[in-house]
Amino acid sequence: MREAMHNLKIWFRSLLLLELIAGLMVTLRHFFKPNSTVFYPEEKTPMSPRFRGLHALRRYANGEERCIACKLCEAVCPALAITIESEPRDDGTRRTTRYEIDLFKCIYCGFCEESCPVDSIVETRIHEYHFENRGEQIMNKEKLLAIGDKYEAQIASDRAADARYR
Amino acid sequence: MIELALAFWETLPRWLQSAMLIAPVMFSLTIAVAFFTLAERKVIGAMQIRIGPNRVGPWGLLQPFADVFKLFFKEIILPSASSRVLFVIAPMLALAPAFLVWAVVPFDAGVVLADVNAALLYILALTSLTVYGVIIAGWASNSKYAFLGAMRSAAQIVAYELAMGFALVGVLMAAGSLNLGDIVEAQSGSVVHWYWLPLLPMFLVYFLSGVAETNRAPFDVAEGESEIVAGFHVEYSGAVFAAFFLAEYMNIMLISFLAALLFLGGWLSPFQGTFMEAWFAWMPGTLWLFGKAFFFMFCFLWFRATFPRYRYDQIMRLGWKVFIPITIIWIFVEGIAIWRGWGPWFS
Repeated sequence: MREAMHNLKIWFRSLLLLELIAGLMVTLRHFFKPNSTVFYPEEKTPMSPRFRGLHALRRYANGEERCIACKLCEAVCPALAITIESEPRDDGTRRTTRYEIDLFKCIYCGFCEESCPVDSIVETRIHEYHFENRGEQIMNKEKLLAIGDKYEAQIASDRAADARYR
Repeated sequence: MIELALAFWETLPRWLQSAMLIAPVMFSLTIAVAFFTLAERKVIGAMQIRIGPNRVGPWGLLQPFADVFKLFFKEIILPSASSRVLFVIAPMLALAPAFLVWAVVPFDAGVVLADVNAALLYILALTSLTVYGVIIAGWASNSKYAFLGAMRSAAQIVAYELAMGFALVGVLMAAGSLNLGDIVEAQSGSVVHWYWLPLLPMFLVYFLSGVAETNRAPFDVAEGESEIVAGFHVEYSGAVFAAFFLAEYMNIMLISFLAALLFLGGWLSPFQGTFMEAWFAWMPGTLWLFGKAFFFMFCFLWFRATFPRYRYDQIMRLGWKVFIPITIIWIFVEGIAIWRGWGPWFS
């Protein structure tokens, strides 16, 4: 008897479309809500100083490149995206002759930046970039250093903002 | 000046007179469909807390024209395994009845292209013709998905056409006429005189069957993009695809206008019979009709933004085991009401 009453209740409820009306009210409420769209190219969302975007190689203030070819980043890279070759320079210090990051392999985990003992390889905030030809995704030493030179102010301020949490 | 224009009008041959009346209706229908597609994207966007198209023209108002131009510049592909003649005829079969139906739809008292007495019958006949477009399209494409979509659509429309027909019989019994103008006039009095109240179950069944018959969400199994790609029109591209699109949206508008005419008193003012009637006397009836129809058109979009697609057996169950019994029962209830002369509707 109780089961029959229960079934009858369910039957009436579905006949009167109560649940469907409840669903319609949800969408109607959202219809009048202000929308949360960000007009992307014109508006941008705030970005953390820890953002991990395109890579860069930094220099010291005197123009000397930081990288000492310790190959820790190459070793830690989980995607095997980094290739390094090194030779002693004329002044006897060890420097890279080849430093390449394949951006198609890179997963932007930031381990290279964390492993770097001299803060040479960093990941910048740059995230809107594209390639137009095959092979362009391989970032060589010149390109990485150029990015580092161009955005040094931003990179330095981001490192400073995050320094106390490292 | 007006006499001169009228005199000139009289000198024109009859076919030209008709053509000059039909052309603006067809033109405005096509434009209305264009903006209805934009409204669909905007409304669904708003319900998902988005904006919708806003890049082409102010507030995206030119978006539908961009879409149409894109479609018309695309190649019309005839699948090599298809049945050519039927493949080309199918979109015409879908589009022609969708246009033709509007001949008998009145936009105000007496403002109608063809004031025929069998208007409701004519509408039922032509709306059931559109399914041939769908079935032939699915068959002629020679594709399994198109064929499945066509089969689903056919079974669904047979089921819902019946319920819709019964719901219209209810209106016919109440109004005692098949002429849409007479049906609207029979509802005059006040808001409670409109047929939505005495025929409430019929009203709901009619509108929901209309949603099912136009293959719209949540009854859009004929297109079912998640399981059968795009249903009956997978193989169509470019302008022919646009023809199916146009037919579908014109049918939606038709169902909306008919729901407004048959159940919500068409062009009658909702303030009729109240003290506010005089305040709104200046408003032309067309505006009321369009307002009511727009509400139903909004409902189509609202449903699409709210409900997931019905499972196929549930659609069949709803059509055969819920809608048809409800309408039959209500026809008997209504018969008793007319026999006893229950007011204010049937007295």
